[in-house]
Formats: sequence, structure tokens, C-alpha cells
Amino acid sequence: MRMVAVVGASLAGLSAARSLRGQGFDGRLVVIGDELHRPYDRPPLSKEFLAGSLAETELALEPDDEDLRAEWLLGVRAVGLDGPQRAVRLADGSEVRADGVVIATGAAARTLPGTDGLAGVHTLRTLDDARALRDELALGGRLVVIGGGFIGAEVASTAYALGLDVTVVEAAPTPLAGPLGETMGGIVSALHADHGVRLLCGVGVQGLRGVSRVEAVLLEDGRSIPADTVVVGVGARPCVEWLAGSGLELADGVRCGADGRTGLPGVVAVGDCASWYDPRAGLHRRVEHWTGARERPDAAVTALLAGGAVEPGAPRPPYFWSDQYGVKIQFAGHAAAADSVTIEEGARDDRNVLAVYRRSGHPVAVLGMNQPRLFTRWRKQLAAAA
Amino acid sequence: MMIPACRLVDLPRGEAYRLDIDPPVSVFHTDDGEVFAIDDTCTHQDASLADGWLEGCEVECPLHASKFDLRTGAVDAPPAKRPVRTHEVHVEDGMIYVRLSLDAPNLPPCVAARLAGGPA
Repeated sequence: MRMVAVVGASLAGLSAARSLRGQGFDGRLVVIGDELHRPYDRPPLSKEFLAGSLAETELALEPDDEDLRAEWLLGVRAVGLDGPQRAVRLADGSEVRADGVVIATGAAARTLPGTDGLAGVHTLRTLDDARALRDELALGGRLVVIGGGFIGAEVASTAYALGLDVTVVEAAPTPLAGPLGETMGGIVSALHADHGVRLLCGVGVQGLRGVSRVEAVLLEDGRSIPADTVVVGVGARPCVEWLAGSGLELADGVRCGADGRTGLPGVVAVGDCASWYDPRAGLHRRVEHWTGARERPDAAVTALLAGGAVEPGAPRPPYFWSDQYGVKIQFAGHAAAADSVTIEEGARDDRNVLAVYRRSGHPVAVLGMNQPRLFTRWRKQLAAAA
Repeated sequence: MMIPACRLVDLPRGEAYRLDIDPPVSVFHTDDGEVFAIDDTCTHQDASLADGWLEGCEVECPLHASKFDLRTGAVDAPPAKRPVRTHEVHVEDGMIYVRLSLDAPNLPPCVAARLAGGPA
């Protein structure tokens, strides 16, 4: 393999480029990114960066002395892939043809229909999003966060610390019930009320009111919540439209094997745009976690360089973290697989619990709130048991 | 400066002992029976590496995914970008002693600010 193109210049793309060099790939390496920025770290965008306590330069994912001997094509979007030729078509009309292609185009924030062009309405995914939101939060006032997931909760927590009046609106009866289950979702989302942030659950958003700038969020039950700023945190969709017609199977992301291999020879997919096969669960799933974008490219690159001659090892259970209201939240495994959850350590009222999720008595997931030591032990056990 | 940490028999293999000095230092006893000392605080964010995932001669930060090499202090990948200091270890009469490095520590921004007397 003499040339590899990595499409996507965020954590997954950078990790793939690193894995390629780390695993001895000595050929030409082209990294294509649609943002103008060099790879940067996203988790602080909803926390320290948004709060103003972390400078933009500190978001860089590359140390100054790192040299991957890569050609960086930044600020240019990939618009098509000729699968058999492994030719990536770019928005400027040029084409990059490679022996191997790593697809790492990530996911984009979902928006609310009909809110385009209304000032004061934000999503949070990119550095540019975070800059715009940070400037607006600095003005203070009333913030309504639509969506009580992790991004929404982190923004609410950060805005609360900045002194804003914050309301979170969540369509489901319990926020975070998807990733954490009902019980623990309830305990984690109780952090909002602990800090005087209003949490409205079980009610959908009908629309926004405002002419040129947002004035209120209208709920389906008829209520109207006044807002100076609105953050829409209702999830993300994989950026795979550009792959239509490439021959790749696209079903909630690029469908891959347990090592990122796609149906096309010489093409692998990693990060938020990739739906990897999970051999333990027997199904494909897209895992939108930082840790997956960091670790999985190692396996995908191994598969790419070996041309499929290497059997994939078992991946570690998915892991993610969140910081809300000064509480360190950590989770590993799959809550949906569990039939029970028990608090093994700590007290729910102190928000310092270690909870273990089990299926037929066997641990399948673990949640920690301010329990890093115990959490690590359980996380290791989960990985060993898998 | 030589600092007594703990007795070797009190530190099982695979475990870490955190020395509460400022900044804190951790002593690791690997599964292979080697003993190492490094700065305890991850260079990315305030987290105790003694709480981390020890495997071979590497410890993974308990919060994120950066791994530090106990022998060199080097970090493998982001989010941490700077190495931790390593400290010399001596075991004498069953007691583990740590000779602190004279280098400046690589502390995460919030901890560095706190030690400097600034806002945390």
C-alpha cells in the first residue's frame, strides 16, 4: 500500500493517521478535513472552552513536535467516493486517488426544522459553534437547552456556572434513559435541580418564537419558555451523504465489521460515522464516544494494512465520560443489555455513586459519579469478563 | 530528597500508592514485580494516576484515555500531551523510598494555577 487517504481530520482521522505511521506505513498519507482547523479536542467545547477557562490553543490534539509526514488538505469537503477506484472527490473539483481510504467524517448536530437564520439559536459540535455560543453566553440572560442528553446537560452546567438562568427541556420522561437506563438517568439528571436549573421532562418542543432573534421556546403542552439564547442538543447524524453511490452499505453510518472493514476492499471507517459490528451483542452499532474515535482506528488500520488477513481482537467495552456541576460522570459498557442495576458504593443523594448494571447476574455496564478509582477497577473487570 | 513511601509488602502487585505531597507522587508495583514512581497528576486534567488502569509498565488516566509509561513518563496519545516526571525508587529493608526529580512538574492548567496561588 503506497498511498492512504484519511477523510476527516478530527480525533478519529488523526488517530488513524497516527496508527498508520505507528504500524509502519511509510507511504504517502493525505488527510482531508472540511474544517480549516487542525485536529482539535471536542469534549472541552461544552465545558472549559465554553466557560472561557481553556484557550483555543490548548484544544490542539497534536503536540508541537509531532510530525506524521502527512499532507493536510483542510477546508475542503469530500463530496463523493468512487468505491472500486478508491478515489475521493472533493468540493473543489479535485480528486484524491489512494490505495487505502479511511472514512472518518464524523457526525453533524441535528437541528430543529424551521429555525434556520434565527439569531440566538445554536448547536454545539465544532469549534466555530463553540466560539459563537461562548460569545453569546457571555452576555448572560436566559438560556433554554433543548435536549437533556450529555451535550445539553454539559452546556446547562457550564451556563449555570456562568450565572445564566437555565431551563432544560427533554422530550423523554427521564433524560439520559437511553445511555444510562431510567434509574441512573434520573439520578444523574437530578444534578440540574440540585443547582437550580429547571428541568422540564416528558414534553416536546413545538417550535421557537421570534422574528429575527429567538424570544421563546414553545412547548407542545402550550407553555412558552422565554429565552435569550437556545441550544439545540438533540443528537447527531452520521456524515455519510457524500458516500451515496460509492458501493458502501449505509445504514445509520457506514456499516463495518468488528475491525472497521467495509464491504469495499481497501476502505475502512472509524469514529462517529461508522457503524461497527459488535460481536458480543451480535449487531451493528454506531458509538459516538471520544474513546472509540481514539482507540478503534488502531484496529481499523491493522485491518487496512493487512488487507483483512488479521482477525480483529475484542474491543474494550465502550467508555465515555461527562462533567456536570463539578461531578465526574463515567460510564462503560451497555446499559440497554442490563436487567438490573444496583448501587454498590456511595450514596445517591451525595451524587457519588458507583452503580453496576447486570444481566442474569453478570456485569454488563458500570456507572461512576465521582468514583474514578472504583470505576477503573470495574471497567477493567468488565473488559476482562468480555 | 529521599522520601519514605510505604512498605513493599503493603503494596501488592498491580496496585499504586499515592504519596500526598505537593504535587502528589505515586508509586506503582507492576504485575511483573517492578516498582516505579511518577507524578500522580495527569498532565491533561486533575486526575490521580494512582486511580488509573495499570497494565504492564503503563498506566491509563482514570478519566480519559492517555497512557503514561512508568519507566519514562512519556504519554502515548491525547488528550494529554506532556509527559509526567519520573522519580527514582529505592527499596531498602523492605521500605520503598522515592528520590524526587528536580525537574519542573508538568501539571494540568487548573492544578498549576492552584499551586501558584491563583484561582483553581
